[in-house]
Amino acid sequence: MRAFSHHKGVVAPMDRSNVDTDLIIPKQFLKSIKRTGFGPNLFDALRYLDEGRPDQDCSQRPLNPDFFLNQPRYRDASVLLARRNFGCGSSREHAPWALDDYGFRVIIAPSFADIFYNNCFKNGLLPIVLDEETVDKLFAEVAEQEGYQIEVDLPAQEVVTPSGERFSFEVDPFRKHCLVNGLDDIGVTLEDSDAIKSYEAARRQSAPWLFDAITHS
Amino acid sequence: MAGKTLYDKLWDDHLVKQRDDGSALIYIDRHLLHEVTSPQAFEGLRLAGRRPWRLDANLATPDHNVPTTDRARGIDGIVDPVSRIQVETLDRNCDEFGILEFKIKDQRQGIVHVIGPEQGATLPGMTIVCGDSHTSTHGAFGTLAHGIGTSEVEHVLATQCLVQKKMKNMLVKVNGKLGPYVTGKDVVLAIIGKIGTAGGTGYAIEFGGEAIRNLSMEARMTICNMSIEAGARVGMVAVDDTTINYVKGRPYAPKGEQWEAAVAAWKDLHSDADAEFDKVVELDAADIKPQVTWGTSPEMVAGVDGQVPDPGQEADPIKREGIVRALQYMGLKPNMPISEIQLDRVFIGSCTNSRIEDLREAAAVVKGRKVSPTLKQAMVVPGSGLVKAQAEQEGLDRIFIEAGLEWRDPGCSMCLAMNADKLGQGEHCASTSNRNFEGRQGFGGRTHLVSPAMAAAAAIAGHFTDVREFVH
Repeated sequence: MRAFSHHKGVVAPMDRSNVDTDLIIPKQFLKSIKRTGFGPNLFDALRYLDEGRPDQDCSQRPLNPDFFLNQPRYRDASVLLARRNFGCGSSREHAPWALDDYGFRVIIAPSFADIFYNNCFKNGLLPIVLDEETVDKLFAEVAEQEGYQIEVDLPAQEVVTPSGERFSFEVDPFRKHCLVNGLDDIGVTLEDSDAIKSYEAARRQSAPWLFDAITHS
Repeated sequence: MAGKTLYDKLWDDHLVKQRDDGSALIYIDRHLLHEVTSPQAFEGLRLAGRRPWRLDANLATPDHNVPTTDRARGIDGIVDPVSRIQVETLDRNCDEFGILEFKIKDQRQGIVHVIGPEQGATLPGMTIVCGDSHTSTHGAFGTLAHGIGTSEVEHVLATQCLVQKKMKNMLVKVNGKLGPYVTGKDVVLAIIGKIGTAGGTGYAIEFGGEAIRNLSMEARMTICNMSIEAGARVGMVAVDDTTINYVKGRPYAPKGEQWEAAVAAWKDLHSDADAEFDKVVELDAADIKPQVTWGTSPEMVAGVDGQVPDPGQEADPIKREGIVRALQYMGLKPNMPISEIQLDRVFIGSCTNSRIEDLREAAAVVKGRKVSPTLKQAMVVPGSGLVKAQAEQEGLDRIFIEAGLEWRDPGCSMCLAMNADKLGQGEHCASTSNRNFEGRQGFGGRTHLVSPAMAAAAAIAGHFTDVREFVH
């Protein structure tokens, strides 16, 4: 996994709450068997005026001029500023894949849906929870100042605004460790193979029915 | 010390290792797979040169992309080449790695959350995961079950474990008795309406109280299924005789002495009387009416005798803006009675409501009646090949067909419209599925979530109508 330690980038504001994963990447694009290539279809139904299909050349499609990412000032954004309950709905990891493929590295919101939040960390994407008041303030500052950039320091768990204001955020120590070091967490878990085997052996004794093979009978 | 909640017990039973940093390794007993969220996980295993840790913990089936017509042709019947590749990829991965799969032509194929319980592959006390957020369905059996992303699908395949942090405990208690024609679907929609789509975020919810205890397993599955729509990855119901009777005799359920030992262990799968919850929410069953969603989030819900809300009455600016946007998308006016919403299509199916009881409930309402001529389509999609066979044995298919509903083959179908079944732009659909998000059932489609009985009544009337009055 790609490591994440520090990032500085332009902030793009998505001013709506309960953005669900169907909105982030609609289902017709989930038919891909790859992890990449979802960027052009990020927020597809909002971003384009026509109905998206998996086989299209998106550069030829009519853009919705009102959609924030279609405004030149936000086009190269790598930090997404969002509202409450971002990423709710389906467990599709295609949602963080699409955000990542577009070029986002950080998402800031007052709250995230659990599965989406977890999926971000598996893909080198950092979701940051800041309180509602701070998020409101950032929305106002982003609207006011074109090219508004923030700096994120994951080791220090801090967000720094252009005026030098600092906001600290919480992050789970294990997730931070994996992200900062770009660790493959399967590899980390397999270091505990002996613990898994001894758990299985004990469980096989106490609840053998859990180990009865399901077979083609 | 306070007693344990059901969630605490399931957690402790599956704890492989507690790490110093607060994370934990949790053992996974059952892993369900489908074609949409697994291909990248198998590819990851291949690239890393890893093998599945425990083959016999896995069960796979294609469900999201499968057509609901022309199934005799199997994979060749999938018209969309991209969908076909995804189903073929699941077949190839399961064959290559040696994972049990109910393929498209197997009568046991169906929606993954229908076939697990149907086969007894879902057993009380298990941890169950799947790359699908509606895995919470299985919590109805006193299991710890939740959706995971594709990276975690790969993690479970490779290690049989997940790295987890313990959630908080919430009890949602539904007291008293439900009225006639008020179903599990209405209960869960009412709960979501009360606590909101983020009300359960960070919690494992246990559903309890007299009304839940009196519900069948299938109704409990409907409720647990939609826990995620309240933000909770996990929804659970304690094990009781209803649970045990449902599991008994299923193909993969334990037999003989093992059955006796298992039942003895399962009897402990309930929260202790002195267990403490971080949050308790109570509802009175008698207050719950048949529910209809009017907006683009499951929390945007009202009783069938209610009205579309007026955003002007909402004090919270973010919520107000959400209502304005939803009404615009849905093409509805403030204060409009729910019963005046005219429909274009009706969909009865999905992992929420496609089991035999759901179909019986819908058939009882449409029996001897005709689908409204104002409707473009009304379809019934059973949850599995076995549900379909049972329904046909009971003659439900004839009742639906005679009333003018289409009788289809099993799959996820129009719940998320990855196959050919979808809404046209601007069409209103009474749907027994779980999500009314923008575009969920088709680009520009307008979804209203309801119970099977309410969907059936709407199919006959052409608009929403209170099924309690309709049947008289």
